[in-house]
Amino acid sequence: MRLSQENAPIYEALREYRENRIVSFDVPGHKQGKGNPELTEFLGKSCMSVDVNSMKPLDNLCHPVSVIKQAEELMADAFGASHAFFMVNGTSSAVQAMIMSVCKRGDKIIMPRNVHRSSINALIVCGAVPVYVNPGVNKQLGIPLGMSVDSVKEAIQKNPDAKAIIVNNPTYYGVCSNLREIVKIAHKAGMKVLVDEAHGTHFYFGDYMPLSAMSVGADMSSVSMHKTGGSLTQSSALLLGKNVSEGYVRQIINLTQTTSASYLLLSSLDISRKNLALNGKEIFQKVTSLVGYGISEINKIGGLYAFSRELINGDDIFDFDPTKISVHTRDIGLAGIEVYDILRDKYNIQIEFGDIGNILAIVSVGDRILNIERLISALSEIKRRYSKDPAGMLEHEYIEPVVVCSPQEAFYSDKKQVPLDLALGKVCAEFVMCYPPGIPILAPGELVTKEALEHIKYAKVKGCNLTGAEDMNTEKLNILTD
Amino acid sequence: MWYTEEQTQNVRFSIRCNKQKYSAQSDFQRIEIFNTPEFGDVLVLDDRIMLTQKDEFIYHEMITHIPMATNPDIKNVLVIGAGDGGTVRELTRYKTIENIDMVEIDRMVVDACKEFLPTVSSKLSDPRVHIYIDDGLRFVRNVDNKYDLIIVDSTDPVGPGEGLFTTEFYGNCYKALNGCGILVNQHESPFYRVYAKAMKQAHKKIIEFFPVYKVYQAHIPTYPSGHWLFGFASKKYHPIKDLDEGKWNRLGIDTNYYNTRLHKGCFYLPTYVTKQLMEGE
Repeated sequence: MRLSQENAPIYEALREYRENRIVSFDVPGHKQGKGNPELTEFLGKSCMSVDVNSMKPLDNLCHPVSVIKQAEELMADAFGASHAFFMVNGTSSAVQAMIMSVCKRGDKIIMPRNVHRSSINALIVCGAVPVYVNPGVNKQLGIPLGMSVDSVKEAIQKNPDAKAIIVNNPTYYGVCSNLREIVKIAHKAGMKVLVDEAHGTHFYFGDYMPLSAMSVGADMSSVSMHKTGGSLTQSSALLLGKNVSEGYVRQIINLTQTTSASYLLLSSLDISRKNLALNGKEIFQKVTSLVGYGISEINKIGGLYAFSRELINGDDIFDFDPTKISVHTRDIGLAGIEVYDILRDKYNIQIEFGDIGNILAIVSVGDRILNIERLISALSEIKRRYSKDPAGMLEHEYIEPVVVCSPQEAFYSDKKQVPLDLALGKVCAEFVMCYPPGIPILAPGELVTKEALEHIKYAKVKGCNLTGAEDMNTEKLNILTD
Repeated sequence: MWYTEEQTQNVRFSIRCNKQKYSAQSDFQRIEIFNTPEFGDVLVLDDRIMLTQKDEFIYHEMITHIPMATNPDIKNVLVIGAGDGGTVRELTRYKTIENIDMVEIDRMVVDACKEFLPTVSSKLSDPRVHIYIDDGLRFVRNVDNKYDLIIVDSTDPVGPGEGLFTTEFYGNCYKALNGCGILVNQHESPFYRVYAKAMKQAHKKIIEFFPVYKVYQAHIPTYPSGHWLFGFASKKYHPIKDLDEGKWNRLGIDTNYYNTRLHKGCFYLPTYVTKQLMEGE
């Protein structure tokens, strides 16, 4: 029987498994929840009853031959990919599988510096060497943008031996590069195009969305179904274009993937894919209209700038994601992270992140107009009650890195821990970043500059959650010994 | 036939019904009107009794006459929620009020009450009354320094009423009031835990904004526990010190629950209530 997008094979198999009332002498030991009453009371019986192990009728994620295979085929179909892998260890694992599938130790890979830490992590593991393309920077907002086509061309010309190029589609703020053109020139140079679409699931389903990776012939894409697609946290998908070996990528995935994949995550991917395929157009039309309303109302408040498609410039802002509410807050004298904290602590509103100059609210499948109204009202109140003189505020999110050696080399070299200020001019052996958004201020192998130190200290004062360093308080930094 | 409300997970309250007069699902909530032998017509929103013909006078008199007697010069009033019209009916008894803006999110509530609860909704057609079908939070956001009085006659803080129990809402109300402005809100109940939690949270949020803030009580038989609270927040007037009893009594407004002696008395709260409010401060 040919399956259609109305089917959800994993979900259907789990329902049948539950109805069959199978006696289990396998793991997990809670045995449909009976062994852990408090957890069952908290999460619900129906949830616990399908938290099961791989078995014949439910297939096996490491080597799918039945329902998982079917579900992956439907996923590939829905996204216009030649193959799709269900991922249960976050989009980070999908990004790492992409990189490790095309790069070996010593290979070059071209990427914008404002990638998520998961990309650079993959380089530490596999030993590939990054060639950074500096993203454009919007001076007014201080945010990193997409890569211009010219800068990609230049990087390719200077590094004809590079194996692949990574593109964010979109960046965390919602900025898209000219992906079609980048795919064209990369393929001409014999390089693979890997796309981080952690924030781009909806590009595949909504109308008037930026171009998706698969639609322009990219080779691989990592899609966070859980971010805007409605599946459970940590569930994700890796999509393949037509010239990538499914079998080899599966081997790479299986190097690090759990052998006990959670069926809660797998079924959530299956059901969300079905929902997006059947209702995605309508859902994202609603989301886009909510966001459009939110943006226009926030811009009426004065002092706050909710930026969107007016920034499109045909180059490093080739397109902009219309489902994001990104707001520049510096002009009311508050750092994005301060607005983020006030929203949570005073107004019970949790947004995605706040950094030095901006906040980002993610609107998705689950939002209603009344909630958008609360966000607008809270922002208008924050402006009325908390705004300050913006003089003396740091302006830039993005610092151009000075790369001294590869991330792997730096991470595994002899190193020592020194107080922040003494690290100036040395080579950093670890990450420092605000999380979220998780874009490194410093990555292993980069020179510790005055700007980087200034940025770290400022972010700390403003209350950013600094992560990545071995010292949990980021008062000391690991540097390479001379 | 009985109507049963689950006032808490563990407490039920039942009224015998003659018949169901109206039932519909709006974009926001389920709306039902029952006729009952004991309480007359009963309006129910999302399985919560909003009013009964027999005891609605208590709620509506207490939410309006307390602020009106405190400052009889009030001329411009904003009422949020209140789709049944009871609060507006009490306000229209003051000839001195010039304008009443009423903002109700659910047009179907207003229409149903106009048709089936005429004794409550009768004054919605008063020429001073302007009805806006809108989210109250959105409405106050765009108003500055305008009203003498805002009355928040909302449902409980779950469902469409949720935004009317938020810090951003109270802050925007403060902004929408003029320098003599008063804010009165339905303030939930101190008795059952879920309602008490909403009450404490509202108290904590309002106290941030207003220099004068007092809570008062009334006895409303069909609300959970029967013991109900209102909040009186004000930029200038104190509800007892600034009360001119003679002035209000000379207006000759005939009431069934409110009087100026009760006005002073209702601010004296039981100890357990005071304790709960202090926890929030």
